[in-house]
Amino acid sequence: MGVEICVEGLTKSFGRQVIWQDVSLTLPAGEVSVMLGPSGTGKSVFLKTLVGLLKPERGSVKVAGRDVTRLRERELYEVRKLFGVLFQDGALFGSMSLYDNIAFPLREHTRKSESQIRRIVLEKMDMVGLLGSEGKLPGEISGGMRKRAGLARALVLDPEIILFDEPDSGLDPVRVAYLNQLIVDLNAQINATFLIVTHDIASARQVPDNIGLLFRRELVMFGPREKLLSSDEPVVRQFLNGRMQGPIGMAEEKDAAQVEQELAQLGDGAHTKTPGGQALTPRLLPGPGITRPPRWEAIARREAELHRKEVADA
Amino acid sequence: MSLSPTGALRQSGNLFAMALDVVRTVPRRPFQAREFIQQAWFVASVTILPTALVSIPFGAVIALQIGSLTRQLGAQSFSGAASVLAVLREASPIVTALLIAGAGGTAICADLGARKIREEIDAMQVLGIDPIHRLVVPRVLASMVVAVLLNGLVSVVGVAGGYFFNVVLQNGTPGAYLASFTTLAQLSDLWAAEIKALVFGAIAAIVASYKGLTAKGGPKGVGDAVNQSVVITFMLLFVTNFVMTAVYFQVAPQRG
Repeated sequence: MGVEICVEGLTKSFGRQVIWQDVSLTLPAGEVSVMLGPSGTGKSVFLKTLVGLLKPERGSVKVAGRDVTRLRERELYEVRKLFGVLFQDGALFGSMSLYDNIAFPLREHTRKSESQIRRIVLEKMDMVGLLGSEGKLPGEISGGMRKRAGLARALVLDPEIILFDEPDSGLDPVRVAYLNQLIVDLNAQINATFLIVTHDIASARQVPDNIGLLFRRELVMFGPREKLLSSDEPVVRQFLNGRMQGPIGMAEEKDAAQVEQELAQLGDGAHTKTPGGQALTPRLLPGPGITRPPRWEAIARREAELHRKEVADA
Repeated sequence: MSLSPTGALRQSGNLFAMALDVVRTVPRRPFQAREFIQQAWFVASVTILPTALVSIPFGAVIALQIGSLTRQLGAQSFSGAASVLAVLREASPIVTALLIAGAGGTAICADLGARKIREEIDAMQVLGIDPIHRLVVPRVLASMVVAVLLNGLVSVVGVAGGYFFNVVLQNGTPGAYLASFTTLAQLSDLWAAEIKALVFGAIAAIVASYKGLTAKGGPKGVGDAVNQSVVITFMLLFVTNFVMTAVYFQVAPQRG
C-alpha cells in the first residue's frame, strides 16, 4: 500500500567534504517523487542513505516508523525487504542468467516452490517486456535490457517503496518514454512509494507528484510538481529549463554578480512566459489497459480540467 | 591504502571487525552449502596444479641441500629423516600459504571486487541479504578446507620429490631413506602443519574478502585491491607461521 519515508536534518559528508546537509523532506506514501540535481550533487548518495547502505553524520530516515540510520544490522535487513531498488546499471549478478537473477530474492526470502517462483518471475519479466530472454546472461544484453531486468528483480518481492537510481541514463529518448510510462503504470498497479533520482528534466516534468532539487550541498526545494514547475527560485528555474543562465555553473556554482547579469540578459520575456499555465507540462497518465486507483482517477480528472481550461484560454 | 598512521589503524580495525563478523556469522542458518561447494571446487581448481608443481622442486631443493650435507657428515642414512622433517614442518605450510594467498585469495578478491564496483554487493544488501553470510563465510570455509587438503598434497608430493632426487639422482639407498622416515618427524608435526594450513586458509580468504568488498574507484580499484590483498596476506601468513611454529615447539615434545 506504500509506506511514507520521513527524512529529517540529514547530513552526509565523506571525510571533510560535505555532500549535502540538513536535508528534510517527506516522501508521501504511494506517490511518485523525483529528486533532481546537477551531476555530482550526491543524488545517488542520498538514495543509498535512504536504504542504509551509507550512514549519515546527522539526521534520521524514518521508514514505517523505524529510523534506518540507527537500526542494527539484523533489523536493517528486515526493513530493507520493504524496498526495491533499481541501480544505475541494473546491478544484476553477472554469474546468473536473467531468470535466476529475478528469482534470486524469492529463493532467498520465501519458501515458494519452483513452479510458483516461475510464475511470478515470468509475470514480472512480461511486465518489463523481457519475455524470451530468461536464459541470457547480464553481459550479453544491452544496457536498457539490464535496467529493465533490474527493475523486474526489484519488483518480485512486492516492495512498498521503489527507488530508481537514474533510470533514464544511457537510454535513448524512446526507451526513456517507455520506461516513464512503465513507472507510471506500475505506480497505478502496485501503489508503492516511488523515488526517482535523475537529471532528466523531461521525465521530471511529466512523471512525478513531487519534485525535489539538490544543489550546493542542500535541498533547494521539495514540493508538489506544480509548485516547482512554476517556481521563481533561480536555481529551480534554471535547472527545470535546462539553460546556462543562472546560479549553476559548469564546474561549480557561479558568483552572484555574474548570475545577476545573466538573468538580466535573459530579459523579462522569459520571466513572464512561465507563470501562465503554458509551462505546466501535462502529466503522464497510466496506460489504457491499467485499472486506475482513486488517486490516479483524481489526477486524471484534474489534468483533464487543466487541459480544457488551457484550450479555452487559447 | 592511505599512508597516514590513523588510516592504517582504521584499515586493520575494519579487517579485524570483519573477521569477527565472519566468526559470528558462521553458525547462522541456512548454511550456504551450494556456494560453499562451488567455492571449494573453484579454489581447489585454481590451486591444485600450481601447488603440485611448486612442491616438486621444493622437495628436490631440500633433498639436494640435505643430500650433500649428510654425505659430508657421513650420515646418509638420515637424509630421509631430515627431508621429511623439512617438508612436513616448514615447506608444506609455506607452500600452502603462498598458493592459497597467491592463487585462491587473488581469485576471491578479484571476484568480490568486481561485484562490488558493479554495485552487485549493494544490490544484494538492499535485497535484504547479508554478503558476509551469503558470500564471505562460504569462501572462508572453502578456503580453509582446501588449504588443509593442499597441505596434505604438498607433503606427499614434496616427500615423493625428495625421495626421487635422493634415491634416483644422488644414489641414496631407498631402504635407508624409508627406514629413517620417522626418526625425527612425528605425527604431531603433521597435525601442527594441518592446523597451520587451516588458519592460513582462513586468513587468506578473510583478507581477500575484506579487500574485495571494500574495493572502490572502478576497475583500477579492483586491481589495487587484489594487489594489496596479496601483500597483506603474505605478511600476515609469514608472521602467523612464525608465531605458530614457536608455540608448537613449546607445546609439543620433540624427538631426537
